[in-house]
Amino acid sequence: MNTYTTQTGSTLRGARSTGISPVQRLKMVAISLLALLCLTLSSTLWASTEASDAENRVKGNFAGAGYWREVSDGTEGYTTSKGREHGKLINVSGETWRDWRNRWVSPGGLYAIGGSLGLLTLVYLLIGPLKLDKPRTGKVVERWKRFDRTMHWFVAITFLILGFSGFLIMYGKHFVPDLFGYTFWKNLIAFCKLAHNYIGPIFSLGLIVMLISWMKHNFFNKVDLKWFLQGGGIIGNKHPSAGFLNGGEKGWYWLLFFGGLTVVGSGLVLDFPIFGQLRDTMQWANLIHGVSSLLLLAASFGHIYIGTIGSEGALEGMKTGYVDETWAKQHHDLWYEEVKDQAVDEKEVR
Amino acid sequence: MAKMKFLCDSERCIECNGCVTACKNANETEWGIQRRRVVTLDDGEPTETSISVACMHCTDAPCMAVCPTDCFYQTDDGIVLHDKDLCIGCGYCLFACPFGAPQFPTEGAFGERGKMDKCTFCAGGPEEDPIVEKEKYGANRIKEGKLPLCAEMCSTKALLAGDAQVVSDIFRERVVYRGHKDGAWSSLEGGAATPGQMSQEEMAARAEAFATDATFASNTKGDIIAKA
Ligand code: SF4
Ligand code: SF4
Repeated sequence: MNTYTTQTGSTLRGARSTGISPVQRLKMVAISLLALLCLTLSSTLWASTEASDAENRVKGNFAGAGYWREVSDGTEGYTTSKGREHGKLINVSGETWRDWRNRWVSPGGLYAIGGSLGLLTLVYLLIGPLKLDKPRTGKVVERWKRFDRTMHWFVAITFLILGFSGFLIMYGKHFVPDLFGYTFWKNLIAFCKLAHNYIGPIFSLGLIVMLISWMKHNFFNKVDLKWFLQGGGIIGNKHPSAGFLNGGEKGWYWLLFFGGLTVVGSGLVLDFPIFGQLRDTMQWANLIHGVSSLLLLAASFGHIYIGTIGSEGALEGMKTGYVDETWAKQHHDLWYEEVKDQAVDEKEVR
Repeated sequence: MAKMKFLCDSERCIECNGCVTACKNANETEWGIQRRRVVTLDDGEPTETSISVACMHCTDAPCMAVCPTDCFYQTDDGIVLHDKDLCIGCGYCLFACPFGAPQFPTEGAFGERGKMDKCTFCAGGPEEDPIVEKEKYGANRIKEGKLPLCAEMCSTKALLAGDAQVVSDIFRERVVYRGHKDGAWSSLEGGAATPGQMSQEEMAARAEAFATDATFASNTKGDIIAKA
């Protein structure tokens, strides 16, 4: 370290009596102005003109540009602290992460969720729920086995808990404390975090089992293409043909497949910080998790709408496992043709 | 109102880790948690430089902006404190903090990190009972009219703590007066600046040239020396 770094007050006061000529003094002022100019000039200019000489002299006794470059690059130095990444003075990507999360993901998620809810409300108000086009026959066909239904509801319930807790982790602070007070918020957010972290892996298992066991139903074919061309029945007034699952359902499946697995993967990275993940990894995982889960949440409202109030008779299938012949014919005519001889009387199964 | 800041003079820090020890002693932090640390870059090279770093009590604090529980608050003095009762240990503050200040007592599966801990500028935390406060957040020296112990105990006075204005004035003065004819800053001035060779007026003029804020520039030249 340079030995001239400290100066005592007495030296300074002593300097007063030394005195120099006005010319020298003027030179001093000019030079210091120049110094200020040099400081304010851009680093590129600096590098091209003064740098080589100045930098050489700087070396050895001054934390110069090279040093600060290392600092802002996040170069790891030596420290006695055992904390992870404590050798770095600067968390280089922290501000970028904050920006992405707070400026894009957070409002973006609100737009997605709000847009989805708004659209569904419009659909409900303008088009209304899809009614059965003929009266029920009273005979039903089996659509979902007990195992399928258990899986569905297991994934659905855990999904909703995760969606709800995740939503509060993202947005809760903006309204819950104001509306319900500190104590309520404190308990709620602690619960949300626990629920999110412990239910997440359980949901993941359920989702994966469900995705695997339903994959065979979900490969697209020509029928689905026609289904999509007719907008699932919106374009033209004839309900398009469909097999066991229609194009829309398959679309939801693959959204769950890719979106869901992304959410699960990134979620597990966040949930188990025990493998030495560094901040960068966590930032990425957090952004990916946020984007994919918010999109999935927004899309899930569509699925929930169609499965409940949006389409008469659909929920029965997941509730009891059986659907009315009329519903089967209307929505999945090709599948109905395959299974119609297995139709049983409603009273036998409910 | 004062805005409290830390500043570590990289020219003075000798990596003695006195601040680290002082902090640990004042705040009795949990095992494994070290609120302040000294980082040495280019260790063993001629350019070796050390800086002591802890929470810098950012004015626009990233930790505060990303915390999902909103458990941070800024005191009137600009000190960033947090409420450990509210903290859920999600780690977001650590992902955002520019200086790696937030730390966690554990790092378990299912994101079990425990309550976040960071430098409080020796200002304790939101707890009425002083004993509980001390246990949870460490010392509250600010309440006693004292500055953080790390800075107070720094052997070379590299680490400064206090009102941003005062701290930066002190540092600016140092920058102006420091060095010798082969030194970095003085090299820009044609090698005329050897300690003891400058008049007070020149120093003042040079100090003014380095001044970046209105308050400093409006000071009379004599003031600068008076503060030394
Ligand atoms: S914890 Fe980090 S981000 Fe928050 S005030 Fe301190 S230095 Fe700034
Ligand atoms: S760990 Fe605690 S203080 Fe940090 S962001 Fe999460 S809740 Fe806030």
